[in-house]
Amino acid sequence: MSTRRESWPWLLLLPAALVMLVAFALPVGMLLARAFTQPEPGLQNFLLLWERPVYLQILGNTVMIAAVATPVTLLLAYPVAHAMAHGNPRTRRLLTFLVLVPFWTSLLVRSFATVILLQRRGPLNTLLMNIGLIDAPLPLIYNLTGVLLGAVQTLLPFVIFPLYNSMRRIDPTLMPAALTMGASPARAFLRVYLPLSLPGLMTGATLVFISMLGYFVIPALLGGPRETMVGQLIQDQIGQLGSWGVAGALSFVLLAITAALLGLLHRLVGLKAVAR
Amino acid sequence: MISPELGPILELRGIRKHYGRHAAVDDVSLKLRHGEFLTFLGPSGSGKTTTLMMVAGLQQPDSGQIILAGKPVDRLPPYKRDIGMVFQHYALFPHMTVRRNVAFPLEMRGTPRAEAERMVTAALAMVGLPDHGDRLPRQLSGGQQQRVALARAMVYRPALLLMDEPLGALDKALREGLQLEIKRLHREQRMSVLYVTHDQSEALTMSDRIAVFDGGRIQQIGTPSDLYERPATRFVAGFVGETNFVPAELLGREGEARRALVAGVPMPVSARFLAAPGTPAVLAIRPERLRLSAPADDDGGGVPAELVDLIYLGNARRFVLRLPGGQEWSAVMQAEAAEAVMLRPGDAVRLSWNEVHATAFPA
Amino acid sequence: MGRWRLLRALACTLVGIYLIAPLVVVLIISFSSAAFLRFPPPGFSLRWYANLANDPAWIDATWVSIQVLVPTAVLSTALGTAAALALIRGRLPGAGFLGAALMAPLVVPGIITSAGLYIIYRTIGLNGTLTGMVIGHVVVTLPYVIATVGSALRSLDPRLEAAAATLGAPPSAAFRRITLPLLAPAVLSSMLFAAVLSFDELIVSLFVGSARLRTVPVQMWSNIRGDFDPTVAAIASLCFLVALIALGLEALLRRRNGDRE
Repeated sequence: MSTRRESWPWLLLLPAALVMLVAFALPVGMLLARAFTQPEPGLQNFLLLWERPVYLQILGNTVMIAAVATPVTLLLAYPVAHAMAHGNPRTRRLLTFLVLVPFWTSLLVRSFATVILLQRRGPLNTLLMNIGLIDAPLPLIYNLTGVLLGAVQTLLPFVIFPLYNSMRRIDPTLMPAALTMGASPARAFLRVYLPLSLPGLMTGATLVFISMLGYFVIPALLGGPRETMVGQLIQDQIGQLGSWGVAGALSFVLLAITAALLGLLHRLVGLKAVAR
Repeated sequence: MISPELGPILELRGIRKHYGRHAAVDDVSLKLRHGEFLTFLGPSGSGKTTTLMMVAGLQQPDSGQIILAGKPVDRLPPYKRDIGMVFQHYALFPHMTVRRNVAFPLEMRGTPRAEAERMVTAALAMVGLPDHGDRLPRQLSGGQQQRVALARAMVYRPALLLMDEPLGALDKALREGLQLEIKRLHREQRMSVLYVTHDQSEALTMSDRIAVFDGGRIQQIGTPSDLYERPATRFVAGFVGETNFVPAELLGREGEARRALVAGVPMPVSARFLAAPGTPAVLAIRPERLRLSAPADDDGGGVPAELVDLIYLGNARRFVLRLPGGQEWSAVMQAEAAEAVMLRPGDAVRLSWNEVHATAFPA
Repeated sequence: MGRWRLLRALACTLVGIYLIAPLVVVLIISFSSAAFLRFPPPGFSLRWYANLANDPAWIDATWVSIQVLVPTAVLSTALGTAAALALIRGRLPGAGFLGAALMAPLVVPGIITSAGLYIIYRTIGLNGTLTGMVIGHVVVTLPYVIATVGSALRSLDPRLEAAAATLGAPPSAAFRRITLPLLAPAVLSSMLFAAVLSFDELIVSLFVGSARLRTVPVQMWSNIRGDFDPTVAAIASLCFLVALIALGLEALLRRRNGDRE
């Protein structure tokens, strides 16, 4: 009740802050510093990224894959979040369960499951051939299709929940109100509902895009060489080549893009909304 | 029931509270007598709830003194003040049964277990929920939850019971039932109560005295009939009950026969007039104090008006009247009297009143 | 409107299948009698689960995972709950910034965090140790705990503590009797989630682990990358089962707290 400055909050915050400082901020900082110090001080690592086409190509690939996966994920997440927010309780419970199950299941397990599903002679191809939609197995894996199918699947829960949270706060009588004023369902949606759900949509889009940039397991398991992403590249630089400088520079670029996107989101909807 | 010989249970002296430059509570002083039911009445933002919170110790005054049972409590935290409080949204602890909720304050006071159990049983019986002790708050209706909150705030017989719009979240029928119930508990338990509401009819029904708040200040403090019959300010006249206001010009000098020009007609005004003669004034007259007569049986007096509408209220009728100046007035008559005057919309009427019922305020 | 409803129902059905189908397929394949990942399986058997139970590599990995997840969950929950209390109830100057800073591991790619940890562990000799692994896992789970407990704290009605104060409870008693019990379900559920996240964590474990310190996901990772047989499907199914059990426990916690959502 009192407004005195107290020390207990600082004491409570200290352990978590210390762990984050020593085991997160410091390590990440050290990795980034490698970009400027190894093998010798200077900007040669960034110059290398700029000069070797393979690096730029993989960076471009990564951004491109994220840019394709993001709208697809949003498009699929939108009706589900809408049904959860405004459907009947049974629908909401069922959908919540369906979204929570993958959310609590490891990414690796889900990626592996998708590998099996999408194989050349896997269940999906078998099903499509049995119902006569295709004659020969489709190449669903070790290519862009595989990466996108896997990525969207793993990202969906991360969009559906924030979207559902923002839609839940939209007054469900607004749409009928717009309809009584003569708007067609499509117009009412575009003019009333969509703008109100935009903050949730933008937050979801940013989160998806940022997570995608750092993806590593999905492209490794479901992609081919052409779908190599920055995460794998960093791993290779460290694991196989031991070139910490290049790994640091790549990390630097990745974090710079992430920070820029978060900054943009903050400008658009405010970080408070994101933290919720 | 109110025991003046004991002195006030609560005294506020010059309480002020500012939020930034805005004065939420501005120099509030009052005394609450032992066993008295005092209500803070006012619109939202008038400072009534802030004042209550300062009495509870949940907020700190910037200046002034709060004296509870003879002791200054300004710097005491809420848990060391001997008060009970009922919140608008009940604030029952959702993880405790009804019995544990009611037992909580006794536990905090170290009451021996057996005695506490007995007191809890008695408190639940007192609010009419003897069989609900083992339920969780969410298994009760809103009205039942508020009864539990009452039992919890009264079980340890605090020196003062504070209630912050306790019936605000309930529907009308339930609210009226609980008003009588709280009134009964107050009577039987002889407790001193400080009650906050924005509902003037609730305040009139329940209180021994009412303090009307506006703009952080007490506009008037008095019995319900004081406020209703003799409002001290124009705000009180408008906020407590329904009132017709009309611009008027006060005639004569102070001490002379009191009349005022209303729509050009000289009319009687109460001796208690609060505006100076010769200055623009506003006349306040309650709808049920207006007398209507047909111009035919007129003896020359009264303000001419037209009956615009006649509204059926069941036990009464409301007459909507238009004065020559264009203002609309409202007059209310009991059914029988209303039917006797036999007026229809469009009829011309004359309005008059007994002088004690017209109060003049500065415009 | 009917048309739109239908469209929405169709979309939900497809997404639902999309989310669940791979897991169901893995579950079915794990009971296959065949040594290859054919679907539908030619017959059913428990041989891959038997395989798992007899393979010391998997047993060791499970043991390592448990040794990591238990301290991770406990530490992460303790630190995270304390931090959430400080951030939301502490009236700290700059609490918004501090909170956002503690959430940073959520947006920094795991590969960067892990590579950084590897560097710093190399200088202090924590690579390949349980301690190093636990610290790494605490870093990635802490933000979830802070977010979960923080949002529970925010939705806790502050009037309940005010009511406790007016009823005679000093702050310590109000915290112990009101705040803590009401927060308990969120704390337990965040502990559960931290345990699951730690059990699932791959990248940190990959970097700071060693040939002798391999968690279940690391073991899975190296298997999937090689020639795999349905043994991997069996372990994947078990992981899925663990997730389902954890999810069920969490739902139970919520219901006990009377949360209808």
